[in-house]
Amino acid sequence: MKILVTAKRVEDPESKIKVKPDGSGIVQEGLKYKINPFDEIGVEEGLRLAAKHGGEVVVVSIGGKEVQEQLRHALAMGAHRAVWVNHTGTLDQLALAGLLQKVAEKEKPDMVILGKQSIDDDQNQVGQYLAEFLGWSQATFASKVESLESEQEKNKVPALQVGADGKTVRVVREVDNGLATLECALPAVVTTDLRLNLPRYASLPGIMKAKSKPIEELTPEKLGVDVTPKIQVLKMSSPPPRKAGIKVPDVATLVDKLRNEAKAV
Amino acid sequence: MVDGLEAVQAAELPTGGAFLLQEVGSSRIVSPETFTEEQRLYLKTALQFSQEQVLPLAERIESKDSVLLKELLRRAGELGLLMIDIPEAYGGLGLDKTTSLLIAEAMSPLASWSVTFSAHTGIGTLPIVWFGNARQKAKYLPKLATGEWVSAYALTEQGSGSDALGAKTKAVLSPDGRHYVLNGSKLYITNAAFADVFIVFAKVDGERFTGFIVERGTPGFTVGPEEHKMGIRGSSTCPLFFEDARVPVENVLGEIGRGHKIAFNILNYGRLKLGAAVLGGMKLQLGNALRFAQERKQFGTPVASFPLTREKFARMATLIYAVETMTYRTAGLVDARLAGRARQAADYDEHVIAAIEEYAIESSIMKVFASEATGQLVDDAVQIHGGAGYIEEFPVERAYRDARINRIFEGTNEINRMLISGLLLKRGVKGELPLFAVAQSVEEELTYGGLPRARGEDALAAEERMAECLKRLALYGLKVAAEAFGTELEQHQEVLAGLADVVMDAYALDSMVTRTRQSASNGELDAARVAMTRLYAMEAMPRSFERTRRALCASTRGEALGAHLARVAPLQLFTPYNPAELREVVVSAVEQAGGYPLSVVC
Repeated sequence: MKILVTAKRVEDPESKIKVKPDGSGIVQEGLKYKINPFDEIGVEEGLRLAAKHGGEVVVVSIGGKEVQEQLRHALAMGAHRAVWVNHTGTLDQLALAGLLQKVAEKEKPDMVILGKQSIDDDQNQVGQYLAEFLGWSQATFASKVESLESEQEKNKVPALQVGADGKTVRVVREVDNGLATLECALPAVVTTDLRLNLPRYASLPGIMKAKSKPIEELTPEKLGVDVTPKIQVLKMSSPPPRKAGIKVPDVATLVDKLRNEAKAV
Repeated sequence: MVDGLEAVQAAELPTGGAFLLQEVGSSRIVSPETFTEEQRLYLKTALQFSQEQVLPLAERIESKDSVLLKELLRRAGELGLLMIDIPEAYGGLGLDKTTSLLIAEAMSPLASWSVTFSAHTGIGTLPIVWFGNARQKAKYLPKLATGEWVSAYALTEQGSGSDALGAKTKAVLSPDGRHYVLNGSKLYITNAAFADVFIVFAKVDGERFTGFIVERGTPGFTVGPEEHKMGIRGSSTCPLFFEDARVPVENVLGEIGRGHKIAFNILNYGRLKLGAAVLGGMKLQLGNALRFAQERKQFGTPVASFPLTREKFARMATLIYAVETMTYRTAGLVDARLAGRARQAADYDEHVIAAIEEYAIESSIMKVFASEATGQLVDDAVQIHGGAGYIEEFPVERAYRDARINRIFEGTNEINRMLISGLLLKRGVKGELPLFAVAQSVEEELTYGGLPRARGEDALAAEERMAECLKRLALYGLKVAAEAFGTELEQHQEVLAGLADVVMDAYALDSMVTRTRQSASNGELDAARVAMTRLYAMEAMPRSFERTRRALCASTRGEALGAHLARVAPLQLFTPYNPAELREVVVSAVEQAGGYPLSVVC
């Protein structure tokens, strides 16, 4: 089977993120970047499915030349080849989904696996748009029944179960009050939640091999997608700093303050 | 970013020890800033492994859980971390020495693991890579590359430590000519409890020093009980006993009577690698100490804000910068010497050995400098922790104990100091290094009052000049000592050691100035790097001057001494900076980064 996975370049949450004084964006200097952790989980799941059922994992990223770093990372993990949609400048979720739609129509995978959201702007939209644009079934927030410390996880068993006839996929997904299991027809779009798997490290031999794996370059023009943003970010601002807490002498004062000041009880 | 290797090749490649004779910045050096994209990715994987799979298990490792250590080696093998120095033909990756060292750095935050890892990949595996025959390589290397088998290295004996060739273990050919029968014992053998393969040195017929590959389970070969060590407690250290142990003749490693070649070349590389093998630990301790000091309040103020604490952070960062810079500079030199050689060629390993041997002086510098820098750093780290630093619950207590062994193994620092000065003089005498010619012109220059000038005109011009002064001090001292004592100089160990220290300061400052300049972005020097280089120079200048003066006083007397002292006197002059201002520049960068400020992994 053929699986298309995404590898978005995002700011490393461990670097210090600061909003520019004019609110036009975040300060880029000194920032580190990495693959969106939810996408990395998607790459891992794709690799496991391909190992089990045979086939190919193709990784796609959209952005300037620098996103090749994230593509190389996915290739070093074991993805077979990469597609790079070369575009600099702002892209909204509709444009991203439009570009991915064209890539998917070109690649014709059995499944597209994406992170449920990217940890930079946390929109949680692209997977859903993509399924709609393609007219495919969708399963969001894929998770697993066992814990991430389970034997299955240690043995890298895929959590997504493809039917014996290869026409369906069974997905356990996280919902507010527990887990729900969906079965959907392939091709399908699946988005990953945090508790789906533990992504492997890029091994040293994997990193060496990644050097010679092909990265195909495409552009929005070549794909025929109009990426003019329909959404405009007006202003970014940091959350207000937290006010210092207070110490109360006894429980009675605490209850009093909760009742009368905080109006919490 | 220019690829470091290419840059070094482009210039004429300096020979070992040549840094002392050449001007600052004569050739570009390899540094973390010049790592290739692949090297950065290797480092990232190795760091991830070390931080996520090794450090969280520190307590279990420290309790000598040898099953766990073996399992960790296997996991490291899965990621290819054991394959770096093994040729591709035998299941390895055949990568460069810079990569080998940066992986060693990544493995170093937990010393017990670091020692286990290095014993396997370094002294345990390399003898077979470099000296094994095709059959031995095919049998052992693929299993050592994956971690299925673990290796150990057995050289030291009860009666022979620094004097390695004085080994008593004896090997005698069996009457049927099929085995060597080994008798004797070995001491302090790392990985002994669980190793499958041992590189053992014994004297054939009590005379010819020879290497053997001994497998666990060989009849007559037993592993003794664990030693209880001051530090690196999680690593296994046991004696080995050979009582009529029958080792097949095909397990002779290299030529009979040529075991010293194996032992010394392995040591050279181990010394070079030691710089890297303490670096990760040093960085971790700086970060931990900073975090502790930011949370710990005394007199209502975080300890991190007191000047005497900040002075320590600055010193720690400066030491890390020095070790990091010299380590990768030296590794880069070895790689540059090998560049363009086909890794599959039959004689490739001979060139590797020769390239490492070429930089034996720099390797001994790394061994002494890095082990003492880490000693100073953990001492500061404990002090910053106050009483808590003395309590086992805090990792710094372990780091303090762990650091001590570095000054002892891979050749004691005493032996290595003798080697630094001794090799420089030996190469000078042999004409391999124009040491005496340059020293002669230094003397002439100083006689008519000439002083080194800086070529650069940037913020580091003064430090460049100081580095040149340090080299002149070292050269002048070596020349005077050699003339005074001739072949007897060997016995004047204090003179040799004192001058070795001056040579080390010269290599450190030369490297720091070069790297700081090389890593300037848009022509602008990084303020923290400049401050660290200056802090280092301010320490190095007076102490190196004093050491040279002592060496001169020990070598000559009377009028001659007076003339020598008068000639070198102007070399000590420099304008110091306000140390508190320099310290603040460094510490604010440390605070900003939450630790060592020059991380290259993205």
